[in-house]
Amino acid sequence: MPKHKIDPNNWIDLYSDYLFNYTITRVNDRDLAKDLIQETFFAGLKSMKNFKGEASERTWLISILKRKIIDYYRKINSNKAKAEVRIKYNSDTESEGDWLEERVADPFDKTAEDTLENEELGEAIYSCLEKLPEKHAAVFKMKTIEGMDTETICNELNITASNLWVIIHRARTAMATCMEKNWF
Amino acid sequence: MNTEDTRRKSCQKASLICDKVQYQEATFFEKTKLLFHVLMCRMCRKYTQQNKKLTQSINKAQVTCMQKQEKETLKETLSRAIQEQQS
Repeated sequence: MPKHKIDPNNWIDLYSDYLFNYTITRVNDRDLAKDLIQETFFAGLKSMKNFKGEASERTWLISILKRKIIDYYRKINSNKAKAEVRIKYNSDTESEGDWLEERVADPFDKTAEDTLENEELGEAIYSCLEKLPEKHAAVFKMKTIEGMDTETICNELNITASNLWVIIHRARTAMATCMEKNWF
Repeated sequence: MNTEDTRRKSCQKASLICDKVQYQEATFFEKTKLLFHVLMCRMCRKYTQQNKKLTQSINKAQVTCMQKQEKETLKETLSRAIQEQQS
């Protein structure tokens, strides 16, 4: 009997949101992200015996997922997979873009950096969310991320509205403290 | 003692409204009340700022998660795979 026990039955409850968010920022397609996550879980299931317990379960699943995402980009033979850096200065015959000013990055075009930061922000939010008590996290997720109505959530979880707001308040306070520590 | 108690209560009310504001569920009257409270109370001012920051960063990150139904179907396929492996 190994010391660490992993239970695939809990995987979806525990990690699917984190993994989904991680994937969606990288592939930008909901259906594809779902497929990749499913494949990840299957692969994890198959190689469960090889899991040494050196890393946390989530880290291990993420590392599988990373391979899957790379494999996907290889399969479609995209530019992202073939990424290599080619820097030429002035070697083409065309004179357009010859001026140094035209070759400097546009300071107002910060999209790439912004996306990168947003990816990391999303991951930070999810790892903070994981530290909350299960019920608080569930309510917070439904309300904030899925944007459900107060009434719908109350009906589904069988709680009163004031109960919901108390949970939301506690979750928000905890999230704010956590984000303060890890992000801001 | 008594004043302390009422103060705590009004802070509770203020933070409730502040939470509602984050989901655009506070009425105009409530918002005005919050504004007056925040002017007087430093703790609530801090909480309001923190809360706003949290909302902004969540919006900025555009976090998504899977729909419940999607999760259920995934769960089914996974549990079938688990059973296959065990047998």
